[in-house]
Amino acid sequence: MLGKLTLADIPYDNPIVMGAVGFMVLTGLIIFALITYYGKWTYLWKNWLTSVDHKKIGVMYFVVALVMLLRGFSDAILMRSQQAVALGADQGYLPPEHYDQIFTAHGVIMIFFVAMPFVIGLINIVVPLQIGARDVAFPYLNSVSFWLFVVGVILVNLSLAIGDFAKTGWLAYPPLSEMQYSPDVGVDYYIWSLQISGIGTLLTGINFFATIIKMRAPGMTLMKMPIFSWTALCTNVLIIGAFPVLTVTLALLTLDRYLGMHFFTNALGGDMMMYINLIWIWGHPEVYILVLPVFGVFSEVVATYSKKPLFGYTSMVYATIAITVLSFVVWLHHFFTMGSGANVNAFFGIMTMIIAIPTGVKIFNWLFTMYGGRVEFSTPLLWTLGFMITFSIGGMTGVLLAVPGADFVLHNSLFLIAHFHNVIIGGVVFGSMAGYAYWFPKAFGFTLNERWGKYSFWCWLVGFYLAFMPLYYLGFLGMTRRLDHYDNPAFQPWLILAAFGALIILMGIIFTIVQLVVSIRDRHENQDVTGDPWGGRTLEWSTSSPPPFYNFAEIPVISELDTFHAMKEKGDYPHEPKQYKEIHMPRNTGVGVFVGLFSFIFGFAMTWYIWWMAIAGALGILGCMIWRSFDKDVDYYVPVEEIERIEGEWLEKVHNYQEKNGKTSTDSTTTQTAYVN
Amino acid sequence: MSTDVLDNAHAHEHAHHDASSTRVFGFWIYIMSDCILFAALFATYAVLGHNYAGGPTGKEIFELDGVLIETFCLLFSSITYGFAMVAMNKGQRQLVILWLAITFILGASFVGLELKEFSHLIAEGHSWQQSAFLSSFFALVSTHGLHVSCGLIWMVFMMLHVYRHGLTELNQARLMCLSLFWHFLDIIWIFVFTFVYLLGVLNG
Repeated sequence: MLGKLTLADIPYDNPIVMGAVGFMVLTGLIIFALITYYGKWTYLWKNWLTSVDHKKIGVMYFVVALVMLLRGFSDAILMRSQQAVALGADQGYLPPEHYDQIFTAHGVIMIFFVAMPFVIGLINIVVPLQIGARDVAFPYLNSVSFWLFVVGVILVNLSLAIGDFAKTGWLAYPPLSEMQYSPDVGVDYYIWSLQISGIGTLLTGINFFATIIKMRAPGMTLMKMPIFSWTALCTNVLIIGAFPVLTVTLALLTLDRYLGMHFFTNALGGDMMMYINLIWIWGHPEVYILVLPVFGVFSEVVATYSKKPLFGYTSMVYATIAITVLSFVVWLHHFFTMGSGANVNAFFGIMTMIIAIPTGVKIFNWLFTMYGGRVEFSTPLLWTLGFMITFSIGGMTGVLLAVPGADFVLHNSLFLIAHFHNVIIGGVVFGSMAGYAYWFPKAFGFTLNERWGKYSFWCWLVGFYLAFMPLYYLGFLGMTRRLDHYDNPAFQPWLILAAFGALIILMGIIFTIVQLVVSIRDRHENQDVTGDPWGGRTLEWSTSSPPPFYNFAEIPVISELDTFHAMKEKGDYPHEPKQYKEIHMPRNTGVGVFVGLFSFIFGFAMTWYIWWMAIAGALGILGCMIWRSFDKDVDYYVPVEEIERIEGEWLEKVHNYQEKNGKTSTDSTTTQTAYVN
Repeated sequence: MSTDVLDNAHAHEHAHHDASSTRVFGFWIYIMSDCILFAALFATYAVLGHNYAGGPTGKEIFELDGVLIETFCLLFSSITYGFAMVAMNKGQRQLVILWLAITFILGASFVGLELKEFSHLIAEGHSWQQSAFLSSFFALVSTHGLHVSCGLIWMVFMMLHVYRHGLTELNQARLMCLSLFWHFLDIIWIFVFTFVYLLGVLNG
């Protein structure tokens, strides 16, 4: 009746796990009680959970990502503290089977449920605004994508309370992940959480590709599109190209485990290297899926806070495209030690090094953008500077690893761990934080506190170097990854230093939370009245903050690259249309939530071999889709009176602000531009 | 006043027209991603397809006669779907449903024949558990079969939609998407037929 599931699968006897579960349950109960107490369930359901508004979906992605950052970071702290003590006779406080789950969960969570939703959240919030669209191409599908992603998150967290998570490392290499060596449900949790959220990501990729190609404002040719939208476009191409391969890879592993097939087993002709090739054919583009959009963030931030157009826009676009193409032909550098021969290794090594060239182009473009500019050292710009230095170091150690000979020595050592944290924290995390600070006022209508933001930045930066530079050195000392225990006393001081660094990063995370709380407290003082708090150059700043649900009362006609900057120079800001027209908008729908609910039932049932429940879940998903196809009431027209009211209120606020402040933010930008020139 | 109404009517039409073309474009992109999904399965078959592990080769187990009938079912179903689209463009609702029904029968026959082939193989002891070759064979061919089955379910509901609401713009866009899907599966099958069955029997 309940498949493999029994009461014994709840780890009562493990105090650390039970503590974490207790904390999660308690937090959940408190949130539940608060929402009930304030009577906010209807509001939450109508305005957020069932929303098809890209801005709200983006915010929800970001919220989940921040929560999961805490979960993933707790795992990091556990590992760092274990390694700081587990020398010689001291076994540390984490048993191996628990430690193995922690490093697997850490990797899976940080990549799939922190970095991905940060990036996809930013794309959701910003891209339609930047290209002058009122929503995405398929708003309902966007809601479905989000809820499929949430299902993945829930499954990973549930594995803590019921059963185990995978003990295989974040990519679940066979034959270890096969039934023979991992008979418990850990790998099955892994498979279904990634499979379901991965399908959500694929749908997001298709959705945003169609949005960017088909829904740009009139006049916005591709070469007049803001650079963040360009990087989002390339990321979507990568998602469409790479995620089907992840789907297949996980499906084949599923078939091996559930139906006894022999794709990656040791017996009857199976070939585990096929898995490793396939997973990296997805996995390498994946790292560029994460990093390209943050390159876009940095480009926007650098241009805005240097009060200059981005240097070398065209070369930036071509560099992005070059990286997009090259990212598909470097996957083998993840396993030079497979033994595919000198020529194959040389090819992939050289291709990998070539990627450094377009990346270098980008770094120089950012530097030249700042050169001669009036650089304002705001929080987003600090993150950008921290990124440029840190990412360059990470890139260089990457080029070192791309030399097959060197890789044979450094493969699977802590040097590798230091390298990829160097580029992922230095790149994706710093970029997400820069984007968070930069676009926060656009999403919520007030700016974030600068002081706490800067504290957070400095803790992250210093903490990062303390936590990961020792790992490079430990790699040279010969320490391999994923050790829960070691015998070489030379490792210990460096591991203690790394643990100390992790604590400083923890301070950075705490300061980010403090910053959010303080900023919400002071929201009336920090209000973004005009919608353009930074003197922005791109279209998202031309509408109010937060934007009305239809984004633009009148779709602008684009004639140049930094179109909003040009509008301000022409004095066309705030833009007042002569006449409003009614606007066609999609209706909110709860179907996405129910698709998610049934997907969760399906995923959980498959994990535990509860076949009747899996069939029920699958039928539920199908039923939702069919029900939706018969729903004719999916859109409506916003009446002119309502648009006039919303726009009128905003325009009045802006005019009052401009009168009160003598000159507009527009004027100051103009003078500064003139000054630079 | 009258121009206002005209403008509005035009604006509505414009919005709908855009939605249809975006829908079909988005579906094209989905098909491209599906193409990559099949590419990964074909690559797996190419790598593992000769790992017989003491089990049978393709030459020993493939029965081309049955596969040829399957192939013709699917190819003819593409033609009949094409006739449904012709009828759609002429606005002949009943005819659309009729051609869809014929397409459905042909598609269902394809799936039925495939299941018969599978059950025959399993009955002879050549299940997917026997070797990596058979694993990759079953995975590739049944993924295609699963796609066809999804297409069949979709087709049933398209007939219902057309029957209930007629050839509305939305239904036309949906029929267009299903058409793309159906022909795409036909192309994939031609590759399956060539690389798995024909070359399997030739080189086995």
